[in-house]
Amino acid sequence: MRPMEILSKLHAKNLVQWAIDKPDVLVLSADLTSSTEIDLFRDAYPDRFISFGVAEQNMMSFAGGLAREGFFPFVHTFAVFIYRRAYDQIAMSISYPNLPVRMFGFLPGVTTPGGATHQAIEDISIMRSLPNMTILECGDATDVETVLDAAHSVNGPVYIRMLRGEIPRLFDKSEPMIFGKARLLSRGSDITILSSGICTEEAMRAVEALKKKGISFTHLHISTLKPFDDNAMLEALSANKYGVITMENHTIIGGLGTIAAEKMAEIGISNKLFRIGIKDAYLHGAGREYLMKEYEIDASALIRRVEDITDSRFNITEDDLKKAHHITPMHSDAKAEAL
Amino acid sequence: MKSDMLDTLSITKIQQAAKGIRRRVLEYVIKNNGGYLSQACSSAEILASLYLEIMNLGNVELPIMPPAFSGVPSQNNPDYLTGAMFNGQKAPHLDRFFLSPSQYSLVLYAALIETGRMAAEGLEQFNKDGSTVEMIGAEHSPGMEIMSGSLGQGLSQAAGIAYARRLKGETGRTWVFMSDGEFQIGQTWEAMQTMGFYKMDNVGIYVDVNGYQCDGSTASVMSIEPLDKRLESFGARVFKVNGHDIDELIAPSKLQSDGRPLVVLCYTNPYQGIEILKEYAPKFHYIRFKTEAERQKLSAFLNEAHGNTF
Repeated sequence: MRPMEILSKLHAKNLVQWAIDKPDVLVLSADLTSSTEIDLFRDAYPDRFISFGVAEQNMMSFAGGLAREGFFPFVHTFAVFIYRRAYDQIAMSISYPNLPVRMFGFLPGVTTPGGATHQAIEDISIMRSLPNMTILECGDATDVETVLDAAHSVNGPVYIRMLRGEIPRLFDKSEPMIFGKARLLSRGSDITILSSGICTEEAMRAVEALKKKGISFTHLHISTLKPFDDNAMLEALSANKYGVITMENHTIIGGLGTIAAEKMAEIGISNKLFRIGIKDAYLHGAGREYLMKEYEIDASALIRRVEDITDSRFNITEDDLKKAHHITPMHSDAKAEAL
Repeated sequence: MKSDMLDTLSITKIQQAAKGIRRRVLEYVIKNNGGYLSQACSSAEILASLYLEIMNLGNVELPIMPPAFSGVPSQNNPDYLTGAMFNGQKAPHLDRFFLSPSQYSLVLYAALIETGRMAAEGLEQFNKDGSTVEMIGAEHSPGMEIMSGSLGQGLSQAAGIAYARRLKGETGRTWVFMSDGEFQIGQTWEAMQTMGFYKMDNVGIYVDVNGYQCDGSTASVMSIEPLDKRLESFGARVFKVNGHDIDELIAPSKLQSDGRPLVVLCYTNPYQGIEILKEYAPKFHYIRFKTEAERQKLSAFLNEAHGNTF
């Protein structure tokens, strides 16, 4: 197997290329231009870049106004400053009128050591309850490259849980994110795993080791969290021996686990559902690997859960697992600040 | 400052429209035992001046009858209504109007009737189930096209529209009607900061500074003064006028731009034209009759001042 490709500042370069023939696309910033990788866009298309300073509420309503006049505002800031700071503005200035504003929320969950003020742990829960809202989440470099087309195909507002800095490529470059379609990563009959965001890499590591122990999985990577109606995925929810595991870098209240639970109950799937995610608690300022272990959302946590479900002990150690991709150190050229 | 561009006939027409706005809102309030009446008293001349002289809106051929509610916007309902049609067609050279405090909806509807844009019978649908003539209007309500009932969001949305129009090279201006209470809101100042920074002189704001809000007088709830100085320091071109004087209201709108967004602070009286409302001080925000005698008193006033219209 060839070594994993790690890409740096992907969105920054990609957005400039992608927007070259899209004069209606404007990029909006709230004083986090380098931090959200829109500095190259600003330099390439200064007339299409609007700086608002630290004033997200105005930026959101202003974006609604721009969209009403036929523009496509691409709002970029940390996720918490989108859905926590400006919720009323999103609801009334953007979501109610079903306007095509694309909101790029950075630093999901454990991806920042910036502490509780910067860690978006309930963004999906909040945003999915808004009528008209579409929700996408990126899990790798290919997702980050191709989420722009997926988001732009939606006639309405889109919230995107975005990654930045150094990002591994888990999915082949030739297979873009498709709106409304889960990625099938393994096919098997014992357990169905739905994973999202950075948890997909962890799930892939665990699945690879567990397969060697004779357990088979249907593993799906979920990038469209709302709407949630991919038929192939819905079939996978019932076609398994032990049940379904969801795995997410988000609180289990209102995120992927909840979404799957609602769907399973509605369809009448009586299989067990096991939710791996942040268990109704705030995070704190620490490194990603440390937090994933502490909050039990890493590969080892998934292995322990599978052991419980199957009533087995596999004796898989950290050394047996394929290494996770190199995680960017606190100070790196791949990002603008230590966050 | 006085405008010397306006003839007596035009002023009389605006004054009559303002009187008509008060009469229609008063009629409604008497009929329904309560309503946003003081807002009509304070803003009648402002809205009449905007519609009849200040704004260069598209014409409306015949007064429009408000259509029934046809659903909220969604991907499955792309043809949902907008109340913008009452403000005429959109064109690059024409102006646009945005009401920020939707609590003034009834006053706006009355203004649309008085200026020949909405059918008078349309007001009978006010606050009725299945109607677009809502109490706190939404973007499907007559004269409206954005969601501004959550105070403080109207200005930012209008600013976004004005910025987009400038990007497209449109020459029409964007007018916003605001209430003074909105200057207690952080988002309003974020929007002012942005408009000042980007020198958005295609925006003009008329503020009804009636000095009262839900809890009582603005001075007692949370002071906003000196409002002119605060706004100037944010990069706006500010004029303080008597909000019941037509000449004073109109004059700033005729000035050549100096590159700054225009703000006209219209100092008004919340019982102008219906002096007996004074006894409700300081609770002017929503007039509600506690006794039949109160209703009779206003009814007698209506008969005396305007003739019985029922």
